[in-house]
This record gives sequence, C-alpha cells and structure tokens, in this order.
Amino acid sequence: MPRISVNVDGTAFTDEVEPRLLLVHYLRDRLGKTGTNIGCDTSNCGACTVVMDGLSVKSCTVLAVQADGSDVTTIEGLADDGRWHPLQKAFHTEHALQCGYCTPGMIMASVGLLADNPDPSDEEVREGLEGNLCRCTGYQNIVKAVRTAAAEMHEGATR
Amino acid sequence: MTDVAERSEANVGRVLHRKEDAKLVTGQSTWTDDIQLPGMLHIGVLRSPMAHARLARVDVAPALEQPGVVAAYSGADLADEWVMGLPCAWPVTEDMVAPDHWPVATDEVRFAGDTVAVVVARDRFSAADALEHVDVDYEPLEPVVDMEEALRDEVLVHSEHGTNKCFVWPLETGDVDAAFSGADVVVKRRYIQQRLIPNAIEPRAVVVDPTTASGEYTLYSATQVPHFVRIQMALVLGIPEHRLRVVAPDVGGGFGSKLNVYAEEAIALAVARRLGRPVKWTETRSENYQATIHGRDQIQDIEIAASSDGVLRGLRIDLKADMGAYLQLLTPGIPLLGAFMYCGIYKMDAYSFTCTGVFTDKTPTDAYRGAGRPEATFAIERIMDDLAAELGVDPMELRRRNWIQHSEFPYDTVAGLTYDTGNYEAATDRAMELFGYDELRAEQARRRESGDRVQLGIGISTYTEMCGLAPSRVLGSLRYGAGGWEAATVRLLPTGKVEVVTGISPHGQGHETGFSQIAADALGVDFDDVDILHGDTRVAPTGLDTYGSRSLAVGGVAVHKAAERLIDKMRRFAAHELEAAEDDIEFDRGTFRVRGDPDSSTTIQDLSLSVFTAHDLPEGVDPSTAAEYVFDPENFSFPHGTHLCAVEVDTDTGAVHVRNYTCVDDCGTIVNPQLVEGQIHGGITQGMAQALWEEAIYDELGNLTTGTIVDYYVPGAPDVPHFTTDTTQTPATTNPLGVKGVGEAGTIASTPAVVNAVLDAVRHLGVDDIRMPCSPERVWRAVHDAGQQTGQDLSDDTAGGRL
Repeated sequence: MPRISVNVDGTAFTDEVEPRLLLVHYLRDRLGKTGTNIGCDTSNCGACTVVMDGLSVKSCTVLAVQADGSDVTTIEGLADDGRWHPLQKAFHTEHALQCGYCTPGMIMASVGLLADNPDPSDEEVREGLEGNLCRCTGYQNIVKAVRTAAAEMHEGATR
Repeated sequence: MTDVAERSEANVGRVLHRKEDAKLVTGQSTWTDDIQLPGMLHIGVLRSPMAHARLARVDVAPALEQPGVVAAYSGADLADEWVMGLPCAWPVTEDMVAPDHWPVATDEVRFAGDTVAVVVARDRFSAADALEHVDVDYEPLEPVVDMEEALRDEVLVHSEHGTNKCFVWPLETGDVDAAFSGADVVVKRRYIQQRLIPNAIEPRAVVVDPTTASGEYTLYSATQVPHFVRIQMALVLGIPEHRLRVVAPDVGGGFGSKLNVYAEEAIALAVARRLGRPVKWTETRSENYQATIHGRDQIQDIEIAASSDGVLRGLRIDLKADMGAYLQLLTPGIPLLGAFMYCGIYKMDAYSFTCTGVFTDKTPTDAYRGAGRPEATFAIERIMDDLAAELGVDPMELRRRNWIQHSEFPYDTVAGLTYDTGNYEAATDRAMELFGYDELRAEQARRRESGDRVQLGIGISTYTEMCGLAPSRVLGSLRYGAGGWEAATVRLLPTGKVEVVTGISPHGQGHETGFSQIAADALGVDFDDVDILHGDTRVAPTGLDTYGSRSLAVGGVAVHKAAERLIDKMRRFAAHELEAAEDDIEFDRGTFRVRGDPDSSTTIQDLSLSVFTAHDLPEGVDPSTAAEYVFDPENFSFPHGTHLCAVEVDTDTGAVHVRNYTCVDDCGTIVNPQLVEGQIHGGITQGMAQALWEEAIYDELGNLTTGTIVDYYVPGAPDVPHFTTDTTQTPATTNPLGVKGVGEAGTIASTPAVVNAVLDAVRHLGVDDIRMPCSPERVWRAVHDAGQQTGQDLSDDTAGGRL
C-alpha cells in the first residue's frame, strides 16, 4: 500500500493507505477528524470541504494519496490557539448555520473564497459558494457572515 | 399576561446568539456517523434495482466469502427477528389498507430501493464491495407508477389486497351543492404537487451498541423522533421498552424526512442482537434518494364558487395522494393535515374535501416540511389568483374581500377549526409597503404595454397554517396513534445552575437557545446558567419529539409551565426559610421576598443549596428542586403572513428571475428574532425550490431518474434571492407565552407566491397554468403554446433562433 505523509491541522502524519481511499475518509476514519462531514456521494454538496495547500478542496474529490506531502487544514484546525477565526465568529453572530452539518465545509470554502477575493460583494459570495449546499438557512445569513468576516479580516490586516 | 411582559425585558424577545453554535463552527459536534465503538461492524444494504419483482432467489453465500465480511442475511434469514412489521401509526380510516412492511423484503420488492439483503463487514468499504456479490434472481413484475393508472387496479402493488386504493377520507361542511349552484362564477382547476426529496444535508445513520448478556440496547439514530423510534422499535424487535435506549445525537436537519421509523433502525438492532457486536449503517446520498421518504406527490382537483362581486361561496377538493409502495410512520395522515387548511384565511359557506390514498411502486411518501399544509395553501392561494383573473379584480383586493377580519377572531372556519387570533390586514399592509406593490404594478403595466421581452409578475400568498401539533383529543378524533402533548422538567442544581429536560428533539432549530431564554426569564436566572437536555430517552424519557412546528408552541410552553411549577414548589421552602406565610412570599426575577419586608429575601440559587442540604425543611415536604409539566395544547396555533414575490420572466427563454421577495409573518410572540428570521429564510427557500427547481421523476418502469443530487436540483446560493422579511406579533391566545411556531411557515407560504408571480407575468399572453417546477422549458412552452393558440406572434425577431 502507498505510504503518505500529510500535515493535518499542524500535526504530521505518515500512513499506509489504500490507493482508492478518499481524503475525507482518511481524515475521518483514520485520523478521527470527524469535524469534516460527508453529505453526498457525487461531490455536489461541499460538506467535506477542507483547505489543502491554501486552496479549498472537496475532500471527497481528492484521493488520500494525492494529499501526500500536503498541508491540510480542516475546520478543527481553523481556530488559532482557541481563538475563533473571523469566519467562525461571523457564522455564529450572523446566524449563518442552523443544523450545522454543512457549516464546516461552508466555512472552509469561505476561507478559500476570501483568500482569492478579500472583499467580495454579495453576488461574489453567492457565486463563490456555489459548490456548497445548505438546506437550512436559505444562504442569506451565510452571505452576510462571509462579508462580516471579510470586513473584520480587512480591518485586522490594515491595523 | 403581565408577568410575560415583564420577563420579556430580560431574554424573551431579544436576539441572543445561539448556544448550539460553538461545537458546530469548530467541528466538535457528534453526528451519528462520527460514533466509533470498539469492535464495531458496518452494515451495507442491498437495494432492489427494480420497481416491482418477485424475489425468486436471494443467495448471500458468495458475499460471505468476500474479505472483511462477517455476516450476510437475506430477508428470510432475518424474518424471525421481527415481532411485527414496520409500523404505520396513523390508520386514517377503519378500513384503510395497510400492507405488511418488513424491514427486509422476503418475497417481493415493490419499489426501486426496497431492501433485499444485508451485509455486515469490518469496514464500510468491504460491506459496499460485498453487496455486489449477493446473488439475486429477480422475476420482473409489472410496476404501476402513475397514481391515476394505479386507481384502475389493473396492476397491483400489493396483489394480496386486490386494490391500490389505501383509503378514502371525506369531510363536508355546509350545503356545498347550494353554494355551487347559486354561484355566479365557478373556477375549476387541476394542480399537480410534484414529488420532492427532502435532502437534509446529513444523511441518515444508525449505530447500535448492544449488551446482549442483559438484553440492553442503545440505538443512536439521526432522527427527529427518538421517542417514537424507541416505542416502535421495541414493538418491532420485541425488546422490552425499558431495555432500549434511543439517542438522537447532533442531527443535521430533518424537514420531516427524519420524522420516521425506518427499516435500517430495525436491521441494525437485529444484526447487533444476532452478533452481539456494535454496528453502524450510514446511507449514501443516492441511497437517501431511494430509501428515505419523499414528500408531496398529490393531484389536486379544486373548484371554487363565488358571486359576481367576488364573495366566496364554496370550495370542493378532490385530492389524490401517492403513498408510494408502503405506509411509513405517518404516510396516510399527511394529506389529511391539509384537509383543514384548503379554506385558508377565507370565509365561505360550504366546503367538501375527499382524499384518496393510492399505492404505487415508488418510494413511500411522508412528512416533508409543512406536510399537507403547503399543498392546501398552494391550491387555495393559486385559485384565488385564477378567480381574480376570471373576475377581473386585483388579486389582493379579492383576498381582502374574503379574509377573516381582525375583529372577527376567534373565528370558526368552514373546515371546522377555530382560529384564535390573526391580523391579516396588518401583515398585508406592512408587506405591501415594504414590497412597493403599487410601483411594481405600474412597472408591470408599462412592460405589458411595451411588449417587453422580459415581463414582470407579482405573486401573492396570504397564508395561514395550523401548527403546534397538537391537542391530543383532536389527534384521537383523527385516529392518530399518539397524543400531541409535550413534557418538560426544570431542575435547580445545588450550585444554582439549571437543567431543563425537554421531550422535543432539535436538529437545527435553536431550541437550546430559545428554551434557555424562556427558562431564564421564568426563573430569573442568567441565560448562560441554563442548559437544555434532550434527544436521549434515558435523559429525557418523556416526550413526543420535533415536527409540525410544535417544539416552541407545545414544548416551549411546557418549559414555561414547569418553571412556574418549580417556583411554586420553591415558594414553600422560601416561606419556611424566611419564616413567613407562603401567601406572603413574592417572587420576582430570581428572588423570593416577604411582602412588605424588602430586607427579608433569598435568591432561588441560595434556596436551591439549602434544599439540597435538606438540613431544615418544612414538615412533610421532600427536598426536591425539580418540577415536571406535561402540556397538552387546547388548540392548534395559526401563524399567518403575507408573502409577495416579483419575478421577471424572459418570454424568449422561459427563464425566471426572482427580483424581489418580501414577507411579513406573524408567528405570535417572538422569543428570539434571529431564530425566527432564520426559519423564515430557510422555509421560503424550500418552498421556492418546489416552485422553480425541484422534482423527483420516475420513468414508466419505476426508475428514479433524478436519483442523485446531480440530477435533482437542490438550490445553491446563487439561485436564491435576498429576502426582505418583517414580522407582526399577534399573540396566540391559547398558550401563556402567546407563541405560535414558525418552522414550516416559510415553506407553506412561498410556493404559491412564486408560482402566482410566474403566472402573473405571462397570464396576459394567454397562459393560465404552468406545472411545478416552473422550469425555463415549461415556462417557455406555456408561453409558446398560448401564443400559438391565440394566434399571437410573441417574438418575431427570435422565433427562428429559439427553436
């Protein structure tokens, strides 16, 4: 079996994995990183989104072997020493989650979105999160939260 | 009621950010599929690829030889595990046909997705691989997919019953024939409620942890209804109820699809009992599309009678409701929840309703957000627009002429309900103002005048719904198999913190936050000092769970009442400690005082500690700092509101763009405005999805052709517009909090608002119906066909190009 070395949420792991193993199953079943969820089997829902080498990816479309040598951040590694990321805070204060199942993926996709476009319009947020489905919120508060977080991150960066 | 007003200064009525969120935004939640137990095995379920077939042979032996496989079972292998089949708890008529529904099929499969065999392996991948090695001989039988064809009884889903008719359920009030024969105008329509797939983003999952030596089982399930599951599984498996613990861990949405008792829960219990090992089953999304209930799927024939001045006289409904292949927990009752809502907010003399339940070879239907009420509301709100067009009056004006005036409440409707309160005028006036109704009508006229390629349509939905399910006696009269009460226990801990145990079972609504607000105000303690416990039958043994917008209106009221009962109990201890008569003890915001002696007081927290020590108690009083209340509502509650939608329809392409969606909802007293807004947003989106995007389609052989989330269009962020929302607050008079419930309102309201808008955009072109979802193709065809019929040439410049 292939051997991979992956850094996940700041910890280095080396494991032998089946070639067909998906990154999301590696994270969940092997590393116990159950913060990353699975919502579909066709790469549509985005619940499993993580950030890999700076880009948001659906971890069900990445084989674990493709993550060899990569740096992966999941929702569990997003807070900085217990301090929530501005997106985590904004999702909370803007009520951008209800059941919360899509939330880890939605937040990690938003991390990728804001890395590309630090000051998106409402439309740009909607387009940017097109690959992440939420059945509870109707998206309006998610859009609001991403823009609130963007503003906070901008403020933090220029301070 | 004054005490409620005082308390609302504190927590109720304010935005408090959710207690639930911390674990959810950090990935620390526990969904059922996250649970790993030592030695746990994984279950895979083999599903029929055929809609109707006889199982000539099911051979699991080849699967047993696959790597990692521990066990494999056919339906026959597991048959002696079941004391009874999967239950339907709502036999709506005495003579309802209720076919056997075994967790694993034994002789016949009756829909694509019906269970055929079970494989148990060391991991989920081995189980999935081994399923391909189960050897099944299917002898194809003719399927029946279409409801009207099924009613001819030429092809039978359950041949042993000799009919596909499940039940006929009638309701008639007033002199319907007189209402129709005396009417100046009668409008008759057929509306199709397409089949929908609920799509909670968390797929269902089940984990069973057995202790076979003592016969105890813990079942974890992604369910809305752990209490229902416990009772029904105890009966199906023959496990004594007190030996079965059901836990609903964090649950990722339900929308009715997890208000059920499913085959896989029974299968997991049976396998765990056989093997004495913990087991897990998690469905894939595509499996969810076949094996989790669907919603809607009704044919509505509706007739409305009115006088020439637009005053409604009568309404006739002939409803056909697709049950699918089997009855799930509440399948036959769902369309009947609409029976009482077809009259909407309107006054009329007479009403008749008949519902026929029909079996077909498709996935069973059951509750999907709104459950019966969205269908009814769609029908009445759409036909009001059709009637307005017939009469040539503004559709809002027609509604105003007929709705129940604010001064007329409480009002006994033609369908037999008593609406306690409502203020349709206030909600409508506010909504029209926010929407800019008159300006939009003016723009619409301009566009019509100029023959603009893009036409503007305005859709109205002045809905009400019955929720807060439900008064137990009413449920009894409808032959529902349970009551509608809800339980709460409020417990003061020695350090002054508070635990509230509720029988409702949240899965995204924010009940921990809302119920904390209620309890904190009632007890005069800090919001953060209250925890809400739920979703585990060992922690919250008494309850009837979450569905039908009941959690706040029944469960939240139970919390309030239990807190009041606890204060009464604590008052005795306070009187003893403060050496005063009980009648002289006043309670205000967490402090007991002796009337007229402000210095003589104790806090509820201090009192809790002294009762805990029990060193000095009043004679004959046990040292309990907990109180329970089981609240059975006297009536349903009736949220209402006015939803207005403006769409732009491109007559060349059929594309619909929602330009403005504005609504004003009245869900009574608001506990937390942010939670209400969230429910409205999500609810509107699901209703709009029925109007514009979603449809589960079967081919004539019974294959679900929209069988994955690729093929079934769940809207994403770019599809959904920005909503303008507001509320009015007309408190319910049937509960002490004045709350009504809001979980389903948006979904009930929005579907007709959107479809009415689409039709309004093109009605002047000769279009009077477009089936849902109003896809570009359907809209374009409707416009095109109408143009051909009326001889209009709508688009000289593009006609060649678009064909």
